[in-house]
Amino acid sequence: MTFINYASREINCKIVYYGPGLCGKTTNIQWIYEQANPEKRGKLVSLATETDRTLFFDFLPLDMGTIKGFKVRFHLYTVPGQVFYDASRKLILRGCDGIIFVADSQRARMEANIESIANLATNLRENGFDIRTIPYVLQFNKRDMPSAASMPDLERLLRFRNEPMVEAVANQGIGVIDTLKAAARQILMELQRS
Amino acid sequence: MSKLDLMLFEEEYKLLQEIIGRLSKDASAKVVFLVDKNGQQIAAAGDVKSIDATSLASLTAGNVAATDGLAKLIGEKEFSLLFHEGEKDNLHISIVGKRGILVVIFDQNSSLALVRLRVKKASKELQEIFDQVELRAQKELDPGSRFESPFSEITDEDIDRLFGD
Repeated sequence: MTFINYASREINCKIVYYGPGLCGKTTNIQWIYEQANPEKRGKLVSLATETDRTLFFDFLPLDMGTIKGFKVRFHLYTVPGQVFYDASRKLILRGCDGIIFVADSQRARMEANIESIANLATNLRENGFDIRTIPYVLQFNKRDMPSAASMPDLERLLRFRNEPMVEAVANQGIGVIDTLKAAARQILMELQRS
Repeated sequence: MSKLDLMLFEEEYKLLQEIIGRLSKDASAKVVFLVDKNGQQIAAAGDVKSIDATSLASLTAGNVAATDGLAKLIGEKEFSLLFHEGEKDNLHISIVGKRGILVVIFDQNSSLALVRLRVKKASKELQEIFDQVELRAQKELDPGSRFESPFSEITDEDIDRLFGD
């Protein structure tokens, strides 16, 4: 649910990074935080455990510039990936405008990826959204790992709606901005249509 | 829950701002924030600069969402009030209608009783404005509506420019 404030001429959009545990959701937004112009980024809030696993969510507000005279601001959220935090994941999807699914390219994580997409579909539905229509980008992270599956295999297993795909190595920043951009494009185009 | 975009126009924004400005004074609060349940700040009054408002909005919404989850677990619809007591400052969080959260930060210059009393009155007024906003949003969905969104002509180039391409 986009928040458009005609008084302050601002558009706020919520993008959620989803995916299995340790796939690199937090790494994506940490990299964006480190690279963003300090004047354009807000504080990175991380609600994490002592071992740096996401407990509730990470949050990064980002000023993107203006479009049609309106300031565009993205609010980036990650969910906790570990299976038992499902109740928290559901809450974070509330009012989201778009999803970035971060898949772990390693062969051993394929089942976890598939389970996480199924879980996303369920949690979206419970929030009144449809995984087949909501703005959605599929990122294949950890492309540099020796045990990474081939792109055709990943596509066959994880892509289901002709969504944009981005290859990434998030800890080096590869593909991170392209992914965000693909999501932003869909969300703003959605705004145009509605 | 409503999937309608939240659109605030100048007039409604001014009214909301006026109500929370008055609440801030009447309750002798330090700051008052109005945020939406998805974590976006709608309006603020008082010593706003002393606090990172964006983080506050997002964490408040997270807090309310988690408490909502707890309420449902024990068979309650929601907990409409949260209160956090600190050494110097206290946080009073209450739900306004379906989509608003009112956050009042106060210290020893005020009291919980006074804040609760003033919040109750302000909530009613805020609720009325939210109802108007919702009603208008629904009218605009009407195919016969004359409302024209400024975003109906967003182009690929506009989006590229956002990313500095």
